[in-house]
Amino acid sequence: MNAPIQEPDPNEFRSKVRRWLEENVPPPSPERLPITPIEVMTFGQRDYLQEWQRKCYKAGLVGTDIPVEYGGYGHKGLQSIANQEMKRAKVPYLINIVGLSMAVPTILRHGTEEQKRKFIPGCLSGEEIWCQGFSEPGAGSDLANQRTMAKKDGDDWILNGHKVWTSLGHFAKWMILLTRTSSEHKYEGLTYFLCPIEGQSGVTVRPLVKITGETGFNEVLFEDARIPDAYRLDEVGKGWTVAMTTLTAERGASEGAGSGGGAGDILGATAKLVELARNSWSGDTLAADNPVTRDAIVQRSIAAEGLRQSARRARVSSLCDHPMRLPLQQKLAVTEFDQENARLGVQIAGAHSTLYKRDSRAPSEGHWPLAYLNSYGNTIAAGTNEIQRNILGERVLGLPKSK
Amino acid sequence: MSSISKAPQDFGFGEDEVMLRDVAHRFLDARLPTDKLRRLVAERPETVYDGGATAPWDKALWSEIVELGWTGLAIDQEQGGADISLVGIAGIVEEVGRYALPSPLIPTLSASMMLRAAGTEAANRIMTQIASEGTPTGLAITNARGSWEPGDAPLTAVADGDGLILSGSAYFVQDAFKVDVLLVSAKLGNKLLLCGVRTDAKGVHLKQDHIHDLTRDQASVHFDEVRIEPEAIISRDAASVFQATWPRLMVLIAADLCGAAEWLLQTTVEYAKERVQFDRPIGFFQAVKHPLVNAMMKIDEARSLVYHACAELDAGSENAVTAAHMAKSSASDAAAFISDRSIQLHGGIGFTWEHALHIYFKRNMHNQALMGDGVYHRQKLADLVIGPISVI
Ligand SMILES: Cc1cc2nc3c(=O)[nH]c(=O)nc-3n(C[C@H](O)[C@H](O)[C@H](O)COP(=O)(O)OP(=O)(O)OC[C@H]3O[C@@H](n4cnc5c(N)ncnc54)[C@H](O)[C@@H]3O)c2cc1C
Repeated sequence: MNAPIQEPDPNEFRSKVRRWLEENVPPPSPERLPITPIEVMTFGQRDYLQEWQRKCYKAGLVGTDIPVEYGGYGHKGLQSIANQEMKRAKVPYLINIVGLSMAVPTILRHGTEEQKRKFIPGCLSGEEIWCQGFSEPGAGSDLANQRTMAKKDGDDWILNGHKVWTSLGHFAKWMILLTRTSSEHKYEGLTYFLCPIEGQSGVTVRPLVKITGETGFNEVLFEDARIPDAYRLDEVGKGWTVAMTTLTAERGASEGAGSGGGAGDILGATAKLVELARNSWSGDTLAADNPVTRDAIVQRSIAAEGLRQSARRARVSSLCDHPMRLPLQQKLAVTEFDQENARLGVQIAGAHSTLYKRDSRAPSEGHWPLAYLNSYGNTIAAGTNEIQRNILGERVLGLPKSK
Repeated sequence: MSSISKAPQDFGFGEDEVMLRDVAHRFLDARLPTDKLRRLVAERPETVYDGGATAPWDKALWSEIVELGWTGLAIDQEQGGADISLVGIAGIVEEVGRYALPSPLIPTLSASMMLRAAGTEAANRIMTQIASEGTPTGLAITNARGSWEPGDAPLTAVADGDGLILSGSAYFVQDAFKVDVLLVSAKLGNKLLLCGVRTDAKGVHLKQDHIHDLTRDQASVHFDEVRIEPEAIISRDAASVFQATWPRLMVLIAADLCGAAEWLLQTTVEYAKERVQFDRPIGFFQAVKHPLVNAMMKIDEARSLVYHACAELDAGSENAVTAAHMAKSSASDAAAFISDRSIQLHGGIGFTWEHALHIYFKRNMHNQALMGDGVYHRQKLADLVIGPISVI
């Protein structure tokens, strides 16, 4: 195993990362991987991805900008370069996405010195997987409507409640948890914890099945589960403020502590549609010859180039009217882009779009209907796209808040 | 489709380009505020639409624009121009769109680009004039069907000694009543010619089109055996000149559309914050808020694609034509979307002549169709992205 890349110069760093990625192409996964890391299902997938994250971490591609005391490499502004290069190299994604992109930025901002030293290193290496316990049956878009309750008991808190849609919960050692500690105030009654999950008494993790027929997320039940007060993040009653840090990080406003490759091969998406159209029929016409289909594919390729160029423009401040105008569009634009692509893929596949994963005649092993079904996960998760539109309308255009 | 791009990360939009754009913004903001624009072009509908008057424009403002050097933006320094990158020009043209400036600027920039691509002595002479005197110059290259493809040149030429005689009619000539010189395309045998003709030359007749856009004029131009001197022949083999210039012309119009679209967005957003119904500013309602966000995203896509196309053209990338088609398609559709929503979300006041919205709505409609709408460009792109339809 080579030493981590320790190179402060951004250009040098980039070329070294690029070389490392070329020389360390991971072996193919023994099991097919889901489209995004939040859907990882099996222990086989987990082991493979955990090994990959460990390797990237050892090479200095994860935790690049995190202080050395917390297990990182102490650079400035290099994580985004590592992220770009991992995307470019189309290597697998990093499994600990909740940890890297949500827990770490939140702990760095709100954690005590002790908490930072305890929680961040295992998160970077991927040894300790994190999940997010925000959503509940009654608290989705209206996240502050929490019912889960933590009551102080000596140096511990005793937790009761029900979390849903908990991605990666079945592998997680830790959960970033938003819970109620007082029923008096909707927002000021919330507190944030770093909550142990794995092997804890009073904690039950049960898989939920998605519309694809696959598992991928969970519900988590707390029945008199105990959390030491030392795992409380920031003050009692400050949970909403802390949760906002997490959501801001989640919505892509920061580079987090690493991202890995995987989803987001925007230009490749159009190439796949063209390929599909060249091999699919709409009645007696080759799909690639159907003018309506051609127009639809070209619309996708314009959208793809638009996304790519907007990402480029977001770094040229003189060409952006408002600093958050492009960054806050990212989640919305990318998830709808993916959904439209998948929808079009299904349309192009025609009769063959009826064939699902296990069918030997299914184009791309059933990728298109699976991707289409799955795409709704991303237009709903991490703040639904309707909520994203509220945020853009309010924060960027300055329209009145709908709450 | 991974592109071979030599274009820089920042699209080549450096300090000079920022300065030019900001100057343009401040200048137009001072000289052509919306009230003035409305008084200038939309004072009385009966004059423009029924009286047959030529669309008004502010000649004093044009003199100032010439002073600012905008007519020389796309001309080399040897001919007295400023030789600004296309991305820099796009920044200015966006401002032109934002203020819906009626002027022969876009035709003059378009003509300059065509002349520069020709690069002949005759071309250089005209460019020197444009740069030093600001001679407004336009293009007469479109036939009765509305096609400007080289094979569809509107005029025919016959040899006349060392010169030519031109006959026929060019259509959809933009701002014909504002320009002094027209670049015209004609067929001589199987060759495509490009010549410079003064609009007041003997045998040249302008007939005004009745158009809905209030911020320009348009005409058909009839050539009744017009004699062309040899020194006015810009190119005797202009097909490659056209090929090199098309993408730039598309991008100019796309930039104008982006600027006008952004004006419509901001104007509608402001209205949605002020107009109160059901005890709330209407921007509170998501049927108002969300379409405005969608419009913003479409405009942002178009703007990114415009800068991209400019940078690719400036760098001479092989991807430039694709990028230009994408820019014009995206900008046409983005502008159409916000045009539509801006009127609707203003309610009754948006439907009146009194409000300035319709000025932008119509300018956008006109620009959407000019040099091909979204469907046109996507058909071209389909051949580039997917390959031609197979012949069975
Ligand atoms: C694949 C996936 C993974 C997830 N992973 C996690 C996880 O790991 N941890 C976690 O805590 N949560 C997770 N979630 C939950 C996710 O954050 C919520 O589903 C989401 O916030 C929406 O909440 P909801 O499902 O209760 O829908 P609701 O909030 O009930 O929304 C229903 C519909 O109403 C619309 N709506 C609601 N409010 C408004 C409004 N103000 N304006 C306009 N429209 C509105 C919504 O957009 C939606 O269309 C995940 C979800 C998915 C799909």
